Amino acid sequence: MSGAGPRLAVFPTRMALTAMKNRLKGAQTGHSLLKRKSEALTRRFREIVKKIDEAKRKMGKVMQVASFSYAEVKYSTGDIGYQVRESAKSAQLKVRAKTENVSGVQLPAFDMFIDGQNAFELTGLGRGGQQVQKCKDTYAKACEVLVELASLQTAFVILDEVIKVTNRRVNAIEHVIIPRIENTIRWITSELDEQDREEFFRLKKVQNKKKVVRDENDRAREAVEGWATADTAPVNLLGQYDVDDDVIFR
Amino acid sequence: MAGKDRSLIAVIGDEDSVTGLLLAGVGHIDNKQRSNFLVVDAKTPVEKIEQTFADFTKRKDIAIILITQAVADDIRPMIDDHSEAFPTVLEIPSKDHPYDPAKDSVLKRIQRLFGEA
Repeated sequence: MSGAGPRLAVFPTRMALTAMKNRLKGAQTGHSLLKRKSEALTRRFREIVKKIDEAKRKMGKVMQVASFSYAEVKYSTGDIGYQVRESAKSAQLKVRAKTENVSGVQLPAFDMFIDGQNAFELTGLGRGGQQVQKCKDTYAKACEVLVELASLQTAFVILDEVIKVTNRRVNAIEHVIIPRIENTIRWITSELDEQDREEFFRLKKVQNKKKVVRDENDRAREAVEGWATADTAPVNLLGQYDVDDDVIFR
Repeated sequence: MAGKDRSLIAVIGDEDSVTGLLLAGVGHIDNKQRSNFLVVDAKTPVEKIEQTFADFTKRKDIAIILITQAVADDIRPMIDDHSEAFPTVLEIPSKDHPYDPAKDSVLKRIQRLFGEA
C-alpha cells in the first residue's frame, strides 16, 4: 500500500480524531474547488490560444498591407527612412495596461492610445505628403492588431504559469495531503480500538480476580458455618426432667 | 502585477519595418538618450542584437517588443528563454520574410503544451 507510512504525529485521542476528520473534509473541499478553478482556467486558456492563432494570421496580412504602402512611399517620395529615424523623439503610440480578473487571476490587457499631438513634420513632404500620411495610417492600424496580439500573448504566458501552479497544488492535495490525513485517522482509530481492548481485558482480569477472591471467601465461610450447624440441634430444655421417676403413679 | 509605467512599443528589425513603425509613432528617445528601436542590417553583429534585446527586456518602460522573424531567428535561443509576461515579444513578418508560424517561439510553446495535453 503506497503512502501507508507517513502520517501526522498526534496523540491518539478522540479529540484528535475529530480534528483529523474535520481536516480531511477541509482538504477534500479545497481539492474539488481547486480542480474546478484549474478546469475553468484551462478552458479560458484554450480560448486564448485559438484567438492567438487567428490574430497571428491576421497580423501577417496587415503587415503585408503596411509594407506595400511603405513601398509606395519609397517609390514616390524616395527613402524617408533616415528622416523618420532622426525625428523620433517622443512616442505617440503608447499602450496602457489594465488588468482583468479571470477566475481569481489578474490578466493584463493592452490598450493602445495616442499620446500627444500628431506632430510629424514629414507631412509637409509635398506631393508625397499624402502617401506618407496613408502609410502612417496603415502602420497605425497594424499596430492596433499587434497590440491586441501582445495582450493575448501576455495573458497566455501568465495563465500558463497559473495553471501549472494550480495543477501542482491539486496533485499535492490529492496524492500527499489526503492520504496522510487518512493514514492518521486510520492509525488513531486502531490505537483507540487497542486501548479499548486493553481496558476490556483489564476489566475482565480484575473481575476474574475479584470472582476468585469472592469464591475463596465463600468457601471459607461455609467451612466455618459447617461446624456450627452440626451442634445446633434445638435443645429440649424440658426433656431433662423426664429422667425422674413418677412419684404418684407407682 | 502589470507595470503601470510600461507604455512603450520597442522595435528590432530591418530598416523598412522599423521605419514604417516609427512613422506610426512608436519611436521614443528618453532623457538618457536611449531609443526603443534598433535597425538591423547585414552588417549588424549578432552580439549587438542580443545586447539590445537584453536591454529592452530589462527596461521597465517597455511593454511590447516587436521583432521581425528574420532577426528573431538570429537570436532564437534568447527569445526561447524569455518566458516572462513583460515585456511581450511579438514576432512580425517583414517584406522579404512572410510570417512563418513554425518558427514562432510562442506558437512552439503552445504546440509543446498541446502535444502533451
